[in-house]
Formats: sequence, structure tokens, C-alpha cells
Amino acid sequence: MKILVPVKRVVDYNVKIRVRPDGSGVELANVKMSMNPFDEIALEEAIRLKEKGAASEVVALSIGAAPAQETLRTALAMGADRAILVETAPGEDVEPLAVAKLIAAVAREEAAGLVLCGKQAIDNDMNATGQMLAAILDWPQATFASEIRIEAGAAQVTREVDGGLQVIGVALPAVISVDLRLNEPRYASLPNIMKAKKKPLAIRPAGEFGLDIAPRLTVVKTVEPPARKGGVKAGSVAELVSKLKDEAGVL
Amino acid sequence: MSATAASSRAPFAWADPFHFEDQLGEEERLIRDTAQAYAQEKLLPRIIEAYREEKTDPAIFAEMGELGLLGITVPETYGGAGASYVSYGLVAREVERVDSGYRSMMSVQSSLVMYPIHAYGDEAQRTRYLPKLARGEWIGCFGLTEPDAGSDPGGMRTRAERIDGGYRLTGSKMWISNAPFADVFIVWAKSAAHGDEIRGFVLEKGTKGLSAPKIGGKLSLRASLTGEIVLDGVEVPESALLPNVSGLKGPFGCLNRARYGIAWGVMGAAEDCWHRARQYTLDRRQFGRPLAANQLVQKKLADMQSEIALGLQAALRVGRLFDEGRMAPEMISLIKRNNCGKALDIARLARDMHGGNGISEEFHVMRHAQNLETVNTYEGTHDIHTLILGRAQTGIQAF
Repeated sequence: MKILVPVKRVVDYNVKIRVRPDGSGVELANVKMSMNPFDEIALEEAIRLKEKGAASEVVALSIGAAPAQETLRTALAMGADRAILVETAPGEDVEPLAVAKLIAAVAREEAAGLVLCGKQAIDNDMNATGQMLAAILDWPQATFASEIRIEAGAAQVTREVDGGLQVIGVALPAVISVDLRLNEPRYASLPNIMKAKKKPLAIRPAGEFGLDIAPRLTVVKTVEPPARKGGVKAGSVAELVSKLKDEAGVL
Repeated sequence: MSATAASSRAPFAWADPFHFEDQLGEEERLIRDTAQAYAQEKLLPRIIEAYREEKTDPAIFAEMGELGLLGITVPETYGGAGASYVSYGLVAREVERVDSGYRSMMSVQSSLVMYPIHAYGDEAQRTRYLPKLARGEWIGCFGLTEPDAGSDPGGMRTRAERIDGGYRLTGSKMWISNAPFADVFIVWAKSAAHGDEIRGFVLEKGTKGLSAPKIGGKLSLRASLTGEIVLDGVEVPESALLPNVSGLKGPFGCLNRARYGIAWGVMGAAEDCWHRARQYTLDRRQFGRPLAANQLVQKKLADMQSEIALGLQAALRVGRLFDEGRMAPEMISLIKRNNCGKALDIARLARDMHGGNGISEEFHVMRHAQNLETVNTYEGTHDIHTLILGRAQTGIQAF
């Protein structure tokens, strides 16, 4: 079974995000970028499945501009066998629907048996691509996975839902989106970083797929979250209740 | 020409004023990312206790080995990564951002043990030692300094006498990082069989007459284990001799590499102090405003930023020359001296800017300052590197 893992290049989770002065988006110039942490977890799971013999090949895929090659190189250094960049123009906004269409095209071409993806990217937090991808491919989906077991053409997936954990079975091929607690991704070791240079990384222009990937959404403006106001100490329970009722409006 | 290129104003990144990041290649950034993630996630949580209790966790070698952080410039055939000297510097910077002691453990293993075995050893020595040292399965140490031979290693008293089938070593070594738990000892001695030339020997733990007592009471580098090496008539076979070097250029070849790594490492410690001092003075309010609103504080921050930005550019330049085979040892003296001295100044300033909190272990800066006292002194003191640079431009040796 071949596992396809889509990975997105995003602003590193340690970076303090700043909004561009003109409100057109967040500042990306000279900002440290890295692989979306949820995608890292998906990739780690795919590599472990291959190590256990449940998969034959792990293919990393990124949709984005040329610098996303570095994110793919990280994926190769972690243990992916090969990588594909579907290259879009610099600064071009590719929305979840367009990304899902492109991943679907690659998944069909590659005859992937499983797409393992992060539940969402930490930049725009859409949490949409995996679900859209399953719909386009008409494959079963299992989202927010915290445990995955592959057995005889099916996957048993433990999902983190509001009330606790839910276990479902999905027939393969399927789309599984992963949550934070699934695993702890490995570090890319130095010898593997060196070896990753020799692994294949194919670059394909997005236009080659003949799909409509034009944005359908318009960003009206981007603003900083309001600064947190200092807290106050309530003198009594009665005062606390009245503040919660009248000022915070939560009671 | 694009609008950005035509514009004379680009955004200024305070933490990376000259876009150092852009000067690195993809492979270098990936290596740096691995070292940074490991150091921040696995080393930082241990350092406060390790430093306070003077406890070195030997498992750190195995962890570093698993990631390929030991002997990274050694070829892959011997278990290294075959990476560049710039990459080695980047790793040193990330590890020392946490603690100079952890960086010392790594530097010794990589530059002072694996390098000489690779550069001066024969094939049997390389295959016997390098893969295990690279994996961190074996820990190495390097014995050059003696109680009465510090800046003047030529004055060493340790001797090797010819015996049937090998050598007998007698003497003692002082201030040896990793010695108390070392499996492999690179020891330099004056060899009677080689006209009293300085020669290197590879010794193994458990050899009769070889012991490595711990040096206690250190007020610096407390997370890194230091000891003596006592050689009480240690008999070794001919195969223990490093065959391919003789004279002081042997140990100096190793020290050049370690000193080069130090010049990078101390910039990591300095950056940690700078970032902490900046954040602390922004958060701490006195007289109704942040400490950072004071001109005295801003002057110190500007000095830190300037010295670190310049120091990193210098280290990177020497690294590139090193990788191109155009490194002269004086370049390393220049950056070792400059970057250590500046890092020590920055750490002391950061300690001062933290006020009373600055003496607490929780704030990290005093630990860096104490560590850098050692780093400024070991591997060629600040003064000795001064004299090397003086000699290089006057032709007169003042030491």
C-alpha cells in the first residue's frame, strides 16, 4: 500500500505572528517557516506504518511555491521515500478546495491506498482540506485520529471527539486526518538529512493538472487579536458573580 | 526590477539583523533545525537540575549519536554525517544556546576524539572506534593539558617509553572534559622512541594503570563532567599509537576544529542571554514603565545585538573558508577570542539587567555567564589568542 502525505509549509509555531501594516495578511518576509506540525504527525505515522510492514511506500506531497521544496526535503529526511511538489506561483493563495482537488488528482495518479494528513494547518486553521479531499475522491474519511490500526484492507481509527474517544472502521482507500496525540514525530537525523538529498523530488506545475484552482474567498482584512486586558481580583463571591453576569456576560 | 528590489527599505528583523538565515543552504537549515529542536526539547528541560546537582547524564551521548550530532564532519563510512564545517558550527550554536557544558561534551567527542582518530589514525583504529563514538555508545576524552603545562603544551611531562611490542605511558593530565566516564582516551605524550616528539595514543578504559578521577568543586560548566587522567605506567600495544602525525601540530589540528566550534557555540549562549534580557526588560516594570524604556537598557541591548550579528557573520565566513580548504588557524584565533570575549561580556550584562532575579537559576543568564568564564579560558585563553594574532602581524612571538 502506498501512503500519500500532504505537507504544508507554514510559519513556524514558535514565531510570534505579526500582521502586515496594510492589513493585507500576516508578515511572511524573513520569517522562519517549517512543516505544519499536524502534517509532521501524519508523516511520522505513515513512516511507522511502513516500518511495521503495513505500507510499501510513503510519498510526501506539497502544494505551494518553490520554497516548499525545503519542507519536502524535511519530509524525505524524516523518512518519506520520495516527494512531489505541485508548484504554484509565488504569493498565490491556494484555498482548501483547490488544494483538495490537486491532492485528489495526485492520489488517483499514484493509486494511493491511504492519504494521511494533518487535521488542519496552523496558519489559517481551516480544518477543511481532508474532508473536501474525501468528498472529491468519494473515499471514506476518519478525522482527528489519535490511533490508527491497519488490517486487511481496512483501518480502525480512534477519533478524538468532544465527548471522548470514538472508534470507527473505514474501508481503504481512505482519507485519515490526524490529531495531536497520535504520536511524537521523530527528529530528522543528520545522516538522513544527507541521504534525503539523493531521494527523488518531482516538481510539477499546478497548471499541468487542468483544474480550476482560482480562489473563491476574499480576505476583507487581517487584524491583530485584541491585546489582553489585565485581570482584576474580585473581593467576594457576590462581586465575582455580578462581574460575570454584568461585565463578562457569561452568566 | 520588482517593487521590493527598487525599495530602499526592507523590514528589519531585530533578532537577525543581516538576514543570516538567508546565507544558509537548505541542508544547513535542516541540520540546524534538528539540533535546535533536540536542544530545546530534550536538553533545556534538564539543565537547571544538571547544573545545580553537578550531574551529567551520559545518555546525552547516545541521544546525540542517534541524531548524528557527534562527529558530523566525519565521512558516512565511519558513522559520521559527512556534513560541512558550517553545519558543525550551527549545531554547536544550538547546543550552547542551552548550555556550554553540553556543547563541550559534543565538541570533545567530535573534534578532539573522532577527528584525530580519523585524521591521524590507521584504518584499524578508524573502524574500531569511530562508529561507536559516532553512535555515542562510547564516550571519548582528550588529554593534552597537564598540571604544569596549560598554555605551553610543549612543556608537557607525560612520557611514552618503548617496551617490547608497544609503549609504557607515565604522567598526568588535568582539566579533561568527559574523562571520568570516558571509554576512549586520546593522550598526547613525549615519546622516547620518536626522538621525544609529541605523539598521540588511543587508550581504552580498564587498561591497567589508567584512571580518571573526577575534578569536583567547579563553579562553571557544572553540567559537563571534568576529570584528570592519571597514567601510572600504562602499557599499550603498538596499535595504540596514532601513526600519521607527530609534534604539536597533532593536538593543534584537533584544537583548531574545537575552537572553531566554540566561536559558533558562544554566539548561541550570547543570543540566549540577549533574548532573555530583552524580554525581561520589556516585561519588568519599574517607575511605571518597562525597564526597556530606559536609555541605559537600550544601549546594552544595542551592543548585544551588534556584537552577536557581527560575531555570527565572522563565524560563518571562517566556516565557508574552512569548507573551501582556505582556513588559516589565525582566523580561528580571531573568532575564538572575539566571540568568547564578547559572549562573556553579554552574559554579564544580561545578568546585570535581570537585577536580583539574575542570580537565580530559573533565569539562566548567570549560568551562561559562569560557563563562559571557562569557555573564554579553555582551548587557548583570550590572551594567548591575542598573542597569536600579535605574532601573525608583527612576526614577533611574545609568548
